[in-house]
Amino acid sequence: MIRHLRISSRRHLPLLLLGLVAVTLTGCLDASQYPQSTLTPKGDYAEMVDKLFRTTLWLATLVFIIVEAGLLWAIFKFRGKPDDPEPKQVHGSTTVEIIWTVIPALVLAVVAVPTVQTIFETAKVPAASPDGQAPLRVDVVGHQWWWEFRYPELGITTANQLHVPVGRTVDLRMKTVDVLHSFWIPQFAGKRDVFPNRETRLWFTAKETGAFPGACAEFCGIQHGRMDFYVMVNTPEEFAGWVATRQTDSLLGPTGLPKPAPTPVVDSTAKAGKGDVVVAAAPAVPVAPAAMTDPKVAEGEKYFATKGCIGCHSLNSVGAPKGMIGPNLAGIGVRKNIAGGWLPNTDENLHRWIKTPQLVKSGVLMQVPEMTDAEVDALVAYLRTKQ
Amino acid sequence: MATSVLEQTHVAKRGTLASWLTTVDHKKIGILYGASAFLFFLIGGIEALIIRTQLARPDATLVSPEFYNQLFTMHGTTMIFLGVMPLSAMFFNFFIPLLIGARDVAFPRLNAMSLWVFILGGLFMNFSFLMNAAPNGGWFGYAPLSSRQYSPGLNMDFWVIGLQILGIASLAAGVNFFTTILNMRARGMTLMRMPMFVWTTLITQILVLLSFPVITVALILLMVDRTFGASFFSVGGGGDPMLWQHLFWVFGHPEVYILILPAFGIISEILPVFSRKPLFGYSAMVFSSAFIAFLGFGVWSHHMFSTGMGPLADTFFSLATMLIAIPTGVKIFNWIGTLWGGSLQFKTPMLFALGFIAMFITGGLSGVMHSVAPADLQQTDTYFVVAHFHYVLFGGSIFALTAGAYYWWPKMFGTMLNETIGKWHFWLMLAGFNLTFFPMHFAGLLGMPRRIYTYPAGLGFELFNMMATVGAFLLAFSILVFMYNMWVTVRRNVPAPADPWGGATLEWTIPSPPQEWNFTVEPVVAERDPVWAMKRAAGVRTLPEPTLDSGKGIHLPGPSWWPLVVAVGILVFFIGFMVKHSYAFPFGPITIVGFLLTAVGIFKWAYEAPDANAPKH
Repeated sequence: MIRHLRISSRRHLPLLLLGLVAVTLTGCLDASQYPQSTLTPKGDYAEMVDKLFRTTLWLATLVFIIVEAGLLWAIFKFRGKPDDPEPKQVHGSTTVEIIWTVIPALVLAVVAVPTVQTIFETAKVPAASPDGQAPLRVDVVGHQWWWEFRYPELGITTANQLHVPVGRTVDLRMKTVDVLHSFWIPQFAGKRDVFPNRETRLWFTAKETGAFPGACAEFCGIQHGRMDFYVMVNTPEEFAGWVATRQTDSLLGPTGLPKPAPTPVVDSTAKAGKGDVVVAAAPAVPVAPAAMTDPKVAEGEKYFATKGCIGCHSLNSVGAPKGMIGPNLAGIGVRKNIAGGWLPNTDENLHRWIKTPQLVKSGVLMQVPEMTDAEVDALVAYLRTKQ
Repeated sequence: MATSVLEQTHVAKRGTLASWLTTVDHKKIGILYGASAFLFFLIGGIEALIIRTQLARPDATLVSPEFYNQLFTMHGTTMIFLGVMPLSAMFFNFFIPLLIGARDVAFPRLNAMSLWVFILGGLFMNFSFLMNAAPNGGWFGYAPLSSRQYSPGLNMDFWVIGLQILGIASLAAGVNFFTTILNMRARGMTLMRMPMFVWTTLITQILVLLSFPVITVALILLMVDRTFGASFFSVGGGGDPMLWQHLFWVFGHPEVYILILPAFGIISEILPVFSRKPLFGYSAMVFSSAFIAFLGFGVWSHHMFSTGMGPLADTFFSLATMLIAIPTGVKIFNWIGTLWGGSLQFKTPMLFALGFIAMFITGGLSGVMHSVAPADLQQTDTYFVVAHFHYVLFGGSIFALTAGAYYWWPKMFGTMLNETIGKWHFWLMLAGFNLTFFPMHFAGLLGMPRRIYTYPAGLGFELFNMMATVGAFLLAFSILVFMYNMWVTVRRNVPAPADPWGGATLEWTIPSPPQEWNFTVEPVVAERDPVWAMKRAAGVRTLPEPTLDSGKGIHLPGPSWWPLVVAVGILVFFIGFMVKHSYAFPFGPITIVGFLLTAVGIFKWAYEAPDANAPKH
């Protein structure tokens, strides 16, 4: 009796596990809880992969059920007692062995055909976007431990937050300046490694607007775990506005001080929706009027220039000066996250990050001089105006 | 008679410390391999528990990112090179001569050297923790992260040098068992009459002999890069990091089969005995093992789909990888075929063997899913992969090695592990294992990369990580149960019969534990399951207890200090490369001392009469 119970609990275990698979994959779990999931593709590349994955998964599940059932059946059926006579001494059977060699080969052939198709479908960047435009080229540069995004056709650079328009294919060309990284936005495409000596390519077309998390997938040193980023998928209009805003960063002088003082425009259509993306509708000097007159901001501006920040960071996303080894900070005031894309961009976090980067993200390459809390607050206030 | 068996078997009577340090008896070497590998396995397990505790909750700060990287690097390196491989070596050492009816291995002193090189290499690697400089670049040591520029400390020196030392041990063992199996089989034991474990061991050694030189070359290049500033793998000097990946995986993929093939062999020994039926499809099992090993050399780039090799390369490596599923499937079906129609006896070794099949099916199927290159681009470097290879290496290798431990314990130590505790061990391990690793499939599919020291809340990883951590502690508890079982068994020390399970192979015809010379009369074999044939001919289920013998007239090589001296010399030689850069001349004095020690050791070893210290029987 006890033996019987044990055996049946063995039998139920895989079934339980299988149930868990089924529940998860049929989407009984709320997909919005898993923004980094590979199971809810939001782009064409990821959809092709997902289709193939599901084919393989169901086949694998089927094989799993059949083989485990066969095993458990044998275990259940042929249990013997110590004094049972010797069972029939069967050494093998050529027929059944041929059958169970051929059947797996056929199952694999079923998997192999769509696999090869998808390999070739995903290998090449489509010549035209679904929206008819040419793909948007973005150059990705991996750094320990943050991501740089350059738009060579638009002449702008940003970091840790990739803005793309919905429905337009994005053509990524990737390199790293140090060790290997791997660029991965699970909802849009598979991952692709990034090398120092060789450009790798990846593409995707986002089908929904919103904020989508991405991560570095190749182990790249001490802060590999904190090399995240967000993809902001905007409507084409929002995206145009964002580009225009970034392009006016050139109105700022090399230290980030505004050159002329045109009428500041606060963007009335800004939408603080998903991921707090604030996007200007029209070109504007990205400084709010109230902030302009805040003495704290002016003070912060001074610290940005004198405390060494300017040595590594630019606030100008147009033609970022050479030697800028830290992330471009244009628009830092409204970015979703900071510190390599994982820390929510609140005043408190920004303060902590500037004051004690090693406590926030130990091993980070950012060097900061000693600053008082008041000095850091001023710096935060200044950065907050960078929209 | 019984008393004299007891005297023989008494664990405490196994000799002085010096006799263990100088032993060339393959059985003692096997026990030392097992004991030290188990110790390293425990260290690797503790590392895993710290990792799991850190990951139990999001944004945890139990360990620093630096220490976390050391933990996962050492966990992987330890489990592969200091846990699973040497635990298999324990069985090679103890049982290959017994299974082929030989009195010894081909090169007993080389065997001893292999053991000591392994132990010293393992201690050296773990010593890095005491220096606060444990390796931190991942077990695959990808360049350029592993270069001096990006890993400036001693950490990766410990890794590069430790692996080179361990590689010497593996190669020495490979040569030894390859030769032993091909040259020292009992009269009548043709290749196609060898027990399956002997076959998989032979194939494993071929893999070792072909793949370890590749990693050795890669490690030497990396050491030259790190120590002397060459740039084989660094872009600045014209090198290419991809070279490292190719070299590493040309070794790394066959290594997977080095870890799993011995497990296949152990299972193929156990299932027939507890089904009381011969192995189903013996020749198919032999050829599928060989085919798996052969294909294992043609699929290395499936670890590199995400590097963007291009569609043709992806297609080739996808399809080659899928092919491996065919011989693997044949094996699983043949194991089930062995059970079919049998009279199954659910002793602890059998439970672990069945657990192995059930778990290995899961790991094998997720492996096929990885061979689908586009899907692999979503899965690689995530917890889905972590789940997959733990199903293969823990659900596979460790379950099989545990099955082997229960099965062969009586032969090794002359006592029986407790069956009740053994069954507790099995069920706890099965539950703990699945609770630990099954949820990782979900974490990976939901986008959790591997090798991250923490993850933010809000991505939905929390539940699966908490489950895995609870499972890990359950798994650890099952290992404690196993240790309790060993302790109880040693304490009670009840003598085991020579053939407790009704075995089919030659080791069961000699006393437990075997006398130093194994076989008083060298066996002659005419069948694939010679002991079953003998029993059938005699009409009995177990053979009568073998008589003890004085072994008069049997000559065995005597103990020797020189293998140990050579091992120490090799260690010192390599340590010299670590401290080299603090000396003015290209080879530091420590390297020279090590070289001299090794040279003297080899010289004395070569000129020592083989039986100078041999016991007179």
